[in-house]
Amino acid sequence: MQVPAGAIVGILGPNGSGKTTLLKLLAGVLRPDSGTIHLDDHDLRSMPRSALATRLAMVPQETHPAFDYTVLEMVLMGRYAHLGAFELEGPNDLRVARECMEATGTSLLEDRYFHTLSGGEKQRVAIASALAQATDLMLLDEPSSSLDLRYQLEVADLLQRLNRQRGATLVLSTHDLNFAASICDSLLLIREGSVLASGPPRDVLTSDHIRALYGVEADVQEHPRAGHLTVVPIRPAGDSDESPPRWVH
Amino acid sequence: MGALTRAEALVGAVPPVRRRMTAAALSFGILAVAACALAPLVGSTPIDVRRAWDPSIAFSDNVDAQIFFVARLPRVLSAALVGSSLAAAGVVFQALLRNPLATPFTLGVSAGAALGAMLAITLGVTFAIGPLGTVPLASFVGSLAAVCIVYLLATARHRGFSTNVMLLAGVTLNAFFSALILFLQYFADATQTMRTVRWLMGDLDVASYGPILAALPLIAIAIVTFAWLARALNLLVLGPEQAEARGIDVLRAQRIAFVSASLATGAAVSVGGPIGFVGIVVPHLVRLLVGSDHRVLLPSASLFGGTFLIACDLVSRTVMAPLELPVGIVTAVIGGPFFLWLLISRGAGGSGQ
Repeated sequence: MQVPAGAIVGILGPNGSGKTTLLKLLAGVLRPDSGTIHLDDHDLRSMPRSALATRLAMVPQETHPAFDYTVLEMVLMGRYAHLGAFELEGPNDLRVARECMEATGTSLLEDRYFHTLSGGEKQRVAIASALAQATDLMLLDEPSSSLDLRYQLEVADLLQRLNRQRGATLVLSTHDLNFAASICDSLLLIREGSVLASGPPRDVLTSDHIRALYGVEADVQEHPRAGHLTVVPIRPAGDSDESPPRWVH
Repeated sequence: MGALTRAEALVGAVPPVRRRMTAAALSFGILAVAACALAPLVGSTPIDVRRAWDPSIAFSDNVDAQIFFVARLPRVLSAALVGSSLAAAGVVFQALLRNPLATPFTLGVSAGAALGAMLAITLGVTFAIGPLGTVPLASFVGSLAAVCIVYLLATARHRGFSTNVMLLAGVTLNAFFSALILFLQYFADATQTMRTVRWLMGDLDVASYGPILAALPLIAIAIVTFAWLARALNLLVLGPEQAEARGIDVLRAQRIAFVSASLATGAAVSVGGPIGFVGIVVPHLVRLLVGSDHRVLLPSASLFGGTFLIACDLVSRTVMAPLELPVGIVTAVIGGPFFLWLLISRGAGGSGQ
């Protein structure tokens, strides 16, 4: 598996297939039992944590601080990787944090406490914080899972903008096939910890693959207005073979 | 419009943490210094301050000076030192275990320190490393042993402590160490037992500057380490994986934090005995005032912890004067209900996750 710089790569797979584990491996939070992971030419294991944090950022599925921070404090935590041992954030760090809040539409939440935010707001603050880390690689674990329809589209739009304007390389896991089809350059389909297929959405997002991956019959069509492939799940696969629909006699 | 936005821009240009650190250090610092200066004036015997500070009167003839400098000031200073160490250790344990009910006392770390000190005193061993004396070192070893057990429990249960497990572990450790302390007392002579019973209740009647000076190096090391750890603690509150992804070597940070927190606990217990509840009341109140950023919270809680224990000690010296109560009774009367209220308001299954 290779992630080219500037790409948006989506990881698809059923629950328990190893999406989150793969992201944590890529982030260097987990160590691989076998095999190696390289960032540019460096083995991830040989890079100190602090150096790694200036190269890649991670947006977890959910964030639960045990004690409450304000949104600005949360976003500024993304700057820690760039500070010396006893150094405090300076005006430049504040400027970067405000930019990231601007980009994620969280500027107005600056003084709010994180616990008081909605799921969608928390997700965007988490993205802002990772953004403040100013890395060229960002890993996102199900960035659209806790969002309603509008925020899903907004996050998709935000990620695409980050990718185009800042040249950020994004690796994300998701259950939302349409979300993946709309923004990803390349998809990685994994099942039970091994790769089923990988390549551009047009090549790998097929009815056969979706059946193999999720056990679901689905129609995959190019949607003229959306401008990308769309997946419409029809029914769990295998049902029609075992018991024909009752109304057919 | 122009003036306002320019003013806003100026205020906004500096990250709030700098302003808040300065404001917190100043306000809590002034409070702590005022407490240290005023508390020795209060007591069962009224004293004349001007006479106490008058250098023209020989010290041996100056009763006011003797009361001020020998009877009261060491006691107030030890209250300041012990209070700030216990409060700071409480903040660190709470961030490490991601739980506001974690304190040196509730985790059994104070009891471990007390056992260490008791062992050294009862067995009459003496050893020293540089300026560090026997009793502080022994109680550091005791608290370190207790912390190791807590650490093993916390890491063995993958996702950290639930509140239930943490409280049960604390109760068990406390009972275990207390039994061993009783066992030691059983062999001690009567007068020694009387003294240690008072000390075990949490007593600041140090009667000299010796114990303070002996504990000071340990506390100084702990405080510098806390300052260095503050940012890592902020991230550990989010969870180990997020801390890791933001550049913290989590395992190393956790180990350093556990050791330095037991250093502070051991030093505090060697001076004042296992005084309870300072590590929970003070961090909670200060967090409400200054928020959870540990670069503001840690210095604020340390300074306010000192002030808080000076005030408690003042109560214990005056409430039944001329009788002087062990200060641990006062902190327990305040802290016990506070702890229960915190436990109830968080819900039984609440954990830091």
